[in-house]
Amino acid sequence: MTLSLTNPKFRARLWQGLLVVVLLVCLWLLVANLQKNLAARGVELGFGFLSGPAGFDIAERLIAYSAESSYWMAYAVGILNTLRVAILGVLIATGLGLFVAIGALSINPLVAWLCRTYVEVLRNVPLLLQLFFWYLSLAALLPENDAPLTLLPGVFLSKGGLSFPWWVDGLWEVPELGPFGMVGGAAISPEFLALLGGLSIYTSAFIAEVIRAGILSVPKGQSEAAKALGFSGWQQLRLIILPQAMRVIVPPMTNQYLNLTKNSSLAVAIGYPELVSVATTTLNQTGHAVEAISLLMLVYLTLSLLTSWLMARFERASRLKERT
Amino acid sequence: MNPPRAAGPTLAQSLFRGRLNTALTLLVGGLLLWFLIQFVPWAIGHAVWSADLQACREARGQGACWGVVSEKWRLILFGRYPFEELWRPVVACLLMVAAVLAIARREWWKPWVFVSALFAIVFSVLLMLGGFAGLSEVPTERLGGLSLTLLLAIIGNIASLPLAVALALGRSSDLPLVRAVCTTFVEVVRGVPLVTVLFMASFMFPLFLPSGMNPDVLLRVGVGLTLFSAAYQAEVIRGGINSVPRGQIEAAQSLGMGYWLTQTKVVLPQAFRVVVPPLVNSFIALFKDTSLVTIVSLFELFGSLRLALADPEWRPFYVEGFLFVALVYWVFCSAMSRYARGLERDFASARR
Repeated sequence: MTLSLTNPKFRARLWQGLLVVVLLVCLWLLVANLQKNLAARGVELGFGFLSGPAGFDIAERLIAYSAESSYWMAYAVGILNTLRVAILGVLIATGLGLFVAIGALSINPLVAWLCRTYVEVLRNVPLLLQLFFWYLSLAALLPENDAPLTLLPGVFLSKGGLSFPWWVDGLWEVPELGPFGMVGGAAISPEFLALLGGLSIYTSAFIAEVIRAGILSVPKGQSEAAKALGFSGWQQLRLIILPQAMRVIVPPMTNQYLNLTKNSSLAVAIGYPELVSVATTTLNQTGHAVEAISLLMLVYLTLSLLTSWLMARFERASRLKERT
Repeated sequence: MNPPRAAGPTLAQSLFRGRLNTALTLLVGGLLLWFLIQFVPWAIGHAVWSADLQACREARGQGACWGVVSEKWRLILFGRYPFEELWRPVVACLLMVAAVLAIARREWWKPWVFVSALFAIVFSVLLMLGGFAGLSEVPTERLGGLSLTLLLAIIGNIASLPLAVALALGRSSDLPLVRAVCTTFVEVVRGVPLVTVLFMASFMFPLFLPSGMNPDVLLRVGVGLTLFSAAYQAEVIRGGINSVPRGQIEAAQSLGMGYWLTQTKVVLPQAFRVVVPPLVNSFIALFKDTSLVTIVSLFELFGSLRLALADPEWRPFYVEGFLFVALVYWVFCSAMSRYARGLERDFASARR
């Protein structure tokens, strides 16, 4: 190889070498600063502190956890809480979005207008504002703890949340009114209800747009042909249009699911104990900012990559099978 | 001549053809009517417009209390900016909006317009911060409200553009190392929520800087927002670069143009058109996302509403406050999204 700037091969190596050197120098400077700053504060870098007792309680949890459990367990509780709201949110948002998308394409102008307005309003107002609105409204409208609203036999709604019968230690328990509110069974907090509702409604507006674009991408001849064969409106949609629209819908839909998962991090503002709120509590208690935040980012990154990978597989499966 | 259009169903037909359709019309129409009958008297008829707490309390349940807006508008729009200096954020906001409007006009897409708009924006930021030409310096924690939202959204979006172009070029480059670095940055940033980036900006950035150097929280959050939006814009720009036909690059190469000349004279100018509408959409997303900076205690439009509602006397009237702020966000966002859709339509028909 001739070492001359007119040699494209040499130039390519030179540029990349320069990039690597610059990045390494930056990294070295940052790490040096970090070490000096941490030494000045008396904090040691490392993930060892995560095995120590967390010392804070988490009200909502899907696995056994107490204040004596380790920070690792606290993170696990947070991750499960994030996943719980994300998975339920994805299901509800998809259902709602499909409904709104079909409504927006309806021949009935009143229904179409209502659905388009739903999308326009919800998409153009920040999610954080909507979450707070639902949270404050729930707090204001729900009945007091000692006078719960009976939705179904055994299902009660009050400021303490939604209580419903559930297995407790292997026994089927129906909640009852105790001196300070509902006792027994399982309960969902108002924070969770507000977060789930807010996230699902906000995302459903985006999903409705995705599905609408997908349905419109299917040529009109397809539904006309189906009609000529005697398919009913619902059959046309289910058997002819949606399967073909799926190919256009899946990639942007993946994005929306990821957005919903990432947006669940806003729960930290209304006090639902998901991943970010566990991480900030950890940070405030231990001062290990670098570790707490890196771990937080790593979890989200893993979730994102995992979802993209799953959806890529699904996309391959739903791709048009053409004659070879 | 266009072929005659088939006559569509009349309004009455589209409303009342079929049993299900008629039922839907009646249901939705009834709901809308009920909503109007409830909402209009509440929002207008029985509403209290002045900042009169007593009247608001009496009208509770029957009329809206817009008094919360008349009482707190200064906090909501301009944060805790010193009262006697209020003209500065007002002028800065008008200037920023004017600059963005000027950039938005397609007949004015000329380099000198862009440069002067950029100057206007930089000037309005300096005007708000002060500390020169006899203007008193205003501490950044006094900035807030709509003026802070505009400032963060505009700075975050414009400062990120050069970085976004570099990342996009890097990701579509032939050099494997450059591509790897750019891809990693873009995917990592797009894989994590903005909240974590903001936490990083407010808790981690100071640890990585030389001791004694402690930039203001506004600057740190601004840098965080810029890096975040750069990753999203980079993907948009990469899409534009990919849409330029391969033949264009080959033609440039056969004319003897090098890499930089090809990119700046052939690829980027053609990518520009495709890229503007989705860039406006990413602007909208960032505009809404600036509301998250309240989590790291910077009080922009939504944050200052919460400050205003921390006042226990006005707290019960949160619905009115929320409606007002939601309206402000809605006006800005829907105007921008209408603009983006218009551009998209025009470009699509120009291509045909």
